[in-house]
Amino acid sequence: MKTLLLALCFALSLSTWLSAETTPVQDVLQSQRALIEKSSRRTIGPAIDALVVSGLPQMQNVLEVWQAKDMWQRRADGLFFTATKNADGTYTLQSFDDGADAGTAASTDLKQLKPNSGVRAMIATALVQFQLSDPDPAKRADALNSIARDPEVALLKPLRASIASETDANVLARKTRLERLMTMAYDSDIPSRVAAITEMSGDLGVDFRATLNPILTTTRVISQTQPDANVAQEVLVGSDALTHKSAYALLVAAGDAPAEITADARDAALQANIEGGRIAGFPVAQLSTEAARDRAYDALAAGDLAPPRVTQADIDASLANFRFFDVYTEPSQAVTTAAEAALVESETRVAFSQAADLGLDALSLASIYFLAAIGLAITFGVMGVINMAHGEFIMMGAYTGYVVQLFVPNHTASILLAVPLAFAVTFAAGVALERLVVRWLYHRPLETLLATFGVSIALQQLAKNIFGTQARPLTSPAWLDGAWVINDVVAISYIRIAIFILALLFLALFLFIMKRTRLGLETRAVTQNPRMAASMGINPDRVNMLSFGLGSGIAGIAGVAIGLFAKVTSEMGSDYIVQSFMTVVVGGVGNIWGTLAGAVMIGGFQKGVEFLNPSNTLAAQTYMIVFIIIFIQFRPRGIIALKGRAAGD
Amino acid sequence: MNRSFIARNPSVLIFLAILALFTLVVTVLSEGFGVGLISTSFVKVLGKTLCLCLIAIAMDLIWGYTGILSLGHFAFFGLGGYMIGMWLMYERTRLIVVNSLSEGVLPPTPEEITAGIGNQIFGVVGSSDFPLIWAFADSLVLQLTFVVLVPGLLALVFGWLAFRSRVTGVYLSILTQAMTLGLSLYLFQNASGLRGNNGLSGLQNLPGVTAPQSVVSLWFFWASALALGLGYLLIAWVVSGKFGSVIRGIRDNEARVRFLGYSVETYKLVVFTLTACIAGIAGALYYPQAGIINPAEVAPIASIYLAVWVAIGGRGRLYGAVIGTAFVSLVSSWFTGGQAPDVPLGFYTVKWVDWWLFLLGLSFVLVTLYAPNGIGGLIDLLKRKPRETDV
Repeated sequence: MKTLLLALCFALSLSTWLSAETTPVQDVLQSQRALIEKSSRRTIGPAIDALVVSGLPQMQNVLEVWQAKDMWQRRADGLFFTATKNADGTYTLQSFDDGADAGTAASTDLKQLKPNSGVRAMIATALVQFQLSDPDPAKRADALNSIARDPEVALLKPLRASIASETDANVLARKTRLERLMTMAYDSDIPSRVAAITEMSGDLGVDFRATLNPILTTTRVISQTQPDANVAQEVLVGSDALTHKSAYALLVAAGDAPAEITADARDAALQANIEGGRIAGFPVAQLSTEAARDRAYDALAAGDLAPPRVTQADIDASLANFRFFDVYTEPSQAVTTAAEAALVESETRVAFSQAADLGLDALSLASIYFLAAIGLAITFGVMGVINMAHGEFIMMGAYTGYVVQLFVPNHTASILLAVPLAFAVTFAAGVALERLVVRWLYHRPLETLLATFGVSIALQQLAKNIFGTQARPLTSPAWLDGAWVINDVVAISYIRIAIFILALLFLALFLFIMKRTRLGLETRAVTQNPRMAASMGINPDRVNMLSFGLGSGIAGIAGVAIGLFAKVTSEMGSDYIVQSFMTVVVGGVGNIWGTLAGAVMIGGFQKGVEFLNPSNTLAAQTYMIVFIIIFIQFRPRGIIALKGRAAGD
Repeated sequence: MNRSFIARNPSVLIFLAILALFTLVVTVLSEGFGVGLISTSFVKVLGKTLCLCLIAIAMDLIWGYTGILSLGHFAFFGLGGYMIGMWLMYERTRLIVVNSLSEGVLPPTPEEITAGIGNQIFGVVGSSDFPLIWAFADSLVLQLTFVVLVPGLLALVFGWLAFRSRVTGVYLSILTQAMTLGLSLYLFQNASGLRGNNGLSGLQNLPGVTAPQSVVSLWFFWASALALGLGYLLIAWVVSGKFGSVIRGIRDNEARVRFLGYSVETYKLVVFTLTACIAGIAGALYYPQAGIINPAEVAPIASIYLAVWVAIGGRGRLYGAVIGTAFVSLVSSWFTGGQAPDVPLGFYTVKWVDWWLFLLGLSFVLVTLYAPNGIGGLIDLLKRKPRETDV
């Protein structure tokens, strides 16, 4: 018997020893069994910590299973398993240690662990630590995203712990930054919070400012004496921040003063007290002014029929009794001072960056105006012919791009094909317009304006009939998507860079044609003196035709470029025509550098006004037009004026 | 003086006689006072056309006689409409508000009435306060003055700036176009105080008048006819005298007139401002008949159409402007109104709504190229031929 007992004891100890050798997870779980079984938010902390501290790699799985309410306990011996339900209603158990099959059990033999939401949240926090050390960098980045989205004090510790073992440089940088930000907001040690704030002072990141702002939130406190708290400032009644009216409203809300009688309440009281056509002795018909109604109400109040009116004197007396303070919700003054300084520095730098960003915006708008106007600079500036259909050539170019994309699905190839095709189409249209209409009207510029306007109406309606009224897309190739991000504030989309480069290319092309080619030489000669040019053997007809075609062709290419970021509609040309003419007129007719200067000025001015009044782009355009009208007063021939030519025909 | 002016211009008397006859015929055929052959809405169309003819003769004065192609005269037209529209809307809303408030127990106070009107008018732009420019909206006399004064003042300032710096020709055209674009963009803002893109509406109802629309429409028709007649007389008188000779001289050779010692800029400014005032009056008569005015009305395209009408009618002759405007605007509304029958071509059905603008654009090119004198030129041909045989 004794031997038997001994043998049993040995067997038991052996089995314990064996299990200790092979089931470390189960052991840890068993050691915390009591806490896990009746899990509650208040008590579960040590158990979760124990699981995490064990350092077992399987623990992540355990926590996930537990969180998903998939952990089961066998009633017979209290061991924990994960289980899958079988067809016959029994469950197949699997060990947490090695995933091995641990037999089946009826559902009556098992107890499902159902942690409540508080416990699950704590499990999730504990899991973050595993995710932060996950072998897959993408998962680590995901974990960082979820922390950044919803930062919590509890996450700071695991985050710090995971920094040391981080191998990926990108993730490490993000972890360090997030750790700093969370230190500012949540660390219990004030000097280290201040240190973190000072260290990042002047940072441009939105996350930095988003972390500082809650630290600096204030609440308005009414008090008769200086409150014993981290006071940001005392707010004086009657200042911009606190009008008499709003100060009194605060007092009323705090129950420190009686509410004012509103006009509606007064009128209601008056109506409730009509007796035989009179209110407190006043005939109803006489109460047709505010003053009369006030008098009647005062009479009511004197007879205790209504609460007395709060007079201005009452309000002043109440306000004189109290002082108003803005108090930081953050108790530590050292932290708020550091945060205030850091925020000011950040905002200064952000302002500088915004100015740079605005400059880039203005430059890209200027490029667009320049592209739209450069064709006009040839037809209007060099030839003196006003072409109201210029905008429709832009539209024609954009529609050419759209049609090309219908046949060539590859965006890169289609754009490369669309540019020369748009040039060809609009060049032909321009030559046709010059031959059929414009050349008969060279000596009647006002009538050129009207005739080309007729062409413009006809072309617009034609486009509407062919392509419909809805906007058509002109998709840019994938390599033009996205933006060049310089920092959190300054960014410029690749398409705008491309348009800027295109504008520069056209400037170079224009200069080359005008200064280096036979056509340019002849054009300049015809511009200066057509008769003399003709007697030198130049054919002015041919030169005019080619210049007009060239100007129109460039408008077509501009149309493709504009279509890439704006919608292609039959009316897109008229959106640009007035601005284009302004650009040429402001810049100075007959000079490409003037057109460039005009585009930069108009683009810059428009963006500047938009910056001052960002909600209202319409106002920006109105002011721009007023500005141009006034500008013409001082430089009627534009920024760069050709000598010897008035601003007229 | 006046007699000799009429005697020298028999066409003025002919025009006035035709206008009077037309007014009489429309009245007799109308629903309000006559047999009802012409519907009230068509009376309104005719009345509006008369207003358009009025601004067209103003346009003819500035373009056809003075040679300044203004592409911004619809800005003045629209401003006139806005000025009268403010009174119409304010007064009508006031009557409604007073009516509804007087149903309450207490008699309404002035503050309540003002707040009520503000809510009614500016509720659509999320405001209830009266902007400063509505300060005189309660006074018909003042707003009627503004109908002339505001467009006149804008024209005076703009014209002074533009003519002083010798902006001429196509540059001036573009600048005037920019002016009307600027005005329309400004009016599109809610902050302009004129209800943004909602514009002013309900203008067809005369406050305090209980007469039916069929009668009111005739009143406006008569007023438009009277205004057109007076405007025609005024402009015909202006262009017939020495002033007319000078401005024609400016049109034909500005430098030579200047060298003769005339202050070209003053003449231009007077013409520009005068035509702006006439345009304002035309607008003030037009929009109560249209019933609504919004910023799209002063978009640059409207002023260009004005030039189109005058050009098709024939510049430099007032009856040409009237004929062109009446013809093109009536034909336009006939085609775009969907009344014209579609033309099936087998493979394609020509819908006039779609193709009318295309045809208008093309015909405009053709008129400019081949018939610079427009329809009015035909009348000249008829008139001159017998004379040549006389001589």
